Amino acid sequence: MPSTAALLSQAFNGLALGSLLALVASGLTIILGTLGVLNFAHGALFAVGAYTAFVMMQATHSFVLALLGGSAVMLIVGFAMERLVIRHFYARPDEDQILVTYGIGIVLVEGLRAYFGGNSQRVPVPSWGVGATKLGFMIYPTYRLQLIGIVAALLVGLYLVLYRTSVGLVVRAGIENAGMVGILGIDVRRTFLFVFAVGIVAVGLAGMLYAPVVAVTPDMGASFMVQSFVVIVLGGLGSFPGAVIGGLIAGEIISLTSAFDSAYSEVMLYGLMALVLVARPQGLFGTEGRV
Amino acid sequence: MSLAKSLDRRRLLLGGAAGLLLPGLGRGALAESPARIGTFPDGVSADSVFVGLNMPLTGVFSGDGSDLKLGYELAIAQINAGGEIPAVWGLKGKGVLGRQIRHKVADTEGKPNVAVQAATQFIQRDKAILFQGSVSSAEAIALEELASRDKVLYMVGIAGSNDVTGKNCQRYGFRSQQNAYMAAKALAPVVAKALGTKLKAAFLVPDYTYGQTVYDSFAKFTKEQGWTQVLKETVPLGTADYSSALLNIANSGADVFVNICFGSDAVASTKQAEQFGILSSMKLVVPNLSAFQDKEVGPELMQGVYGSCDFWWTMQDRAPLAKRFVESFEQKNRYKPRWGAHIGYLQTYLWALSVERANSFNPVDVIKVMESSKAQPYETTIGKVYYRAEDHQMVRPIPILRGKAPKAMTGPEDYYELLDLVDGESVMNPPDLFGCRLGSYT
Repeated sequence: MPSTAALLSQAFNGLALGSLLALVASGLTIILGTLGVLNFAHGALFAVGAYTAFVMMQATHSFVLALLGGSAVMLIVGFAMERLVIRHFYARPDEDQILVTYGIGIVLVEGLRAYFGGNSQRVPVPSWGVGATKLGFMIYPTYRLQLIGIVAALLVGLYLVLYRTSVGLVVRAGIENAGMVGILGIDVRRTFLFVFAVGIVAVGLAGMLYAPVVAVTPDMGASFMVQSFVVIVLGGLGSFPGAVIGGLIAGEIISLTSAFDSAYSEVMLYGLMALVLVARPQGLFGTEGRV
Repeated sequence: MSLAKSLDRRRLLLGGAAGLLLPGLGRGALAESPARIGTFPDGVSADSVFVGLNMPLTGVFSGDGSDLKLGYELAIAQINAGGEIPAVWGLKGKGVLGRQIRHKVADTEGKPNVAVQAATQFIQRDKAILFQGSVSSAEAIALEELASRDKVLYMVGIAGSNDVTGKNCQRYGFRSQQNAYMAAKALAPVVAKALGTKLKAAFLVPDYTYGQTVYDSFAKFTKEQGWTQVLKETVPLGTADYSSALLNIANSGADVFVNICFGSDAVASTKQAEQFGILSSMKLVVPNLSAFQDKEVGPELMQGVYGSCDFWWTMQDRAPLAKRFVESFEQKNRYKPRWGAHIGYLQTYLWALSVERANSFNPVDVIKVMESSKAQPYETTIGKVYYRAEDHQMVRPIPILRGKAPKAMTGPEDYYELLDLVDGESVMNPPDLFGCRLGSYT
């Protein structure tokens, strides 16, 4: 049996890991929940975000500027993707949407590989995040501590934009009945464009924030994509609060299992997902038949 | 006349016919080897043979895979062109037995099933006389099985698991890289001497054949040096965030952190270990260094790190063939070759040499030449080497490296100091230790 200190430190790590997983999954669930599109380019866009941070860091030597510049780039990527491709697929069957986004993912990843090569790129931890901090019962990387705060702020910001503004209201009304919203004189298409781009910026930001921690390679998004799916299945497909809670649960499961035996972390995660699918197929916060 | 005798005569006649039709193929085929086996003789035309290359160009191992590919391509280009370098290796004229090598490359993504699919195409569509390559031991094991089933020679690429020339060894597979046992037996005394003998070690182990066998061997040999294991953290291949495992390691009270992860997994886990303060409180030992770990992690973190690998470019000072390899590679590719490239280069030359020694592309003859290479070792980039007849593991020297501090580096790629070149004979496992049964030739 692990010591209390070990359990406590893993529980804390679960929180940090979970908040990052929540941010990674939020972009996926926002687009799925509001536009009904399952974006299989999600992992590739995560990688695009990380590479954007790499390029911006080299150009500006400032992580904050890299985040701001990177967000602008991701916004443009999101606009372009929606305008050029996704828009034409809203009315098409799910399998068409999956195929086209999957294809975009391949193009993006191979584009990164063609330009940057297959080896991983170095994105340094920002100067204000270097080192480790003593927390009494354990030592924890300073940057990861800061990430908890940054991610929490970003998630709250996303929630406010999507659920507490008039734009968010239009989005949700548009999902229920786009025709009626149009008759009322509101441009739903523009709102959809906005939501799609916000989702892409969210996943891009997750990639940028994760870049100093993980190996920045063209394929880096693959494992995050799988975990994002687990998170949104746990939390409920298309539910934003579900992604946050799902992310935290996933983080805690992975971390707390590691206190006993890290080899079983993923088994426990998928085991829990299977249980949720059996007991509550719509997920913890999902609405049956919504997506 | 018995049926067996009539078959023998028939086979002899066929062999004779093939020998007459395709001069240069025949001598071995006429002696004892079957005239027709695998892709032989269909895969040998009057002027060329085909070689299939399999390696991950995407995924966790893509860095090592790309390097490996360049090594193969350099060797093939040199052999086809003929001239001084192939002549020093001992090859005659241009090509192999006068035939040019054609080749194609397949991306295996590091996945055994994709690798087998690609190699099967090489065999069936292109009549490959040889296929090569791997960056994961799991891939290598799958390809070896295919090779023995289809009777086509397979030269293993990057693969460190004991199983490749152990319980999964195959008659048609040959490996030049040292196995985990050899690497660990060579490295353990060096690190124990440098770091101390009464140390506590924490292991980070990727959960597949490579990770488990490297762990088994390194734990065994460091225990013999007096080390005790305080923690073993097992993680899935391709993990992105190691925080939960590293948190346990950071709190384990270990003196040494043994990181067995490979490829971009090694990069991510080392970066994260530094962020957890592990690299400042523990010494890092990497039993098998990945090809670009130095550059990707950076010398700041890699300084003082002990590890082994197949080849390091400063070995060019010790063997004339190594110097030619490093220079020609750098001239073509604008960087110092890593050991992935070296494996590709070495294995291609050794196959070509063995074919010329056998005077035949018949895989059975070539296998027999390699199996008897102890009596006539190959002079190579790493000195004299041979493949052991019992398990097809190469007996070869093993470089032991230590990461240089940034200010001690004399050039941008001078990442390691070559501490030792451990004699291969002294670190070999008994051939039957890992349960190798090679299987039949035909």
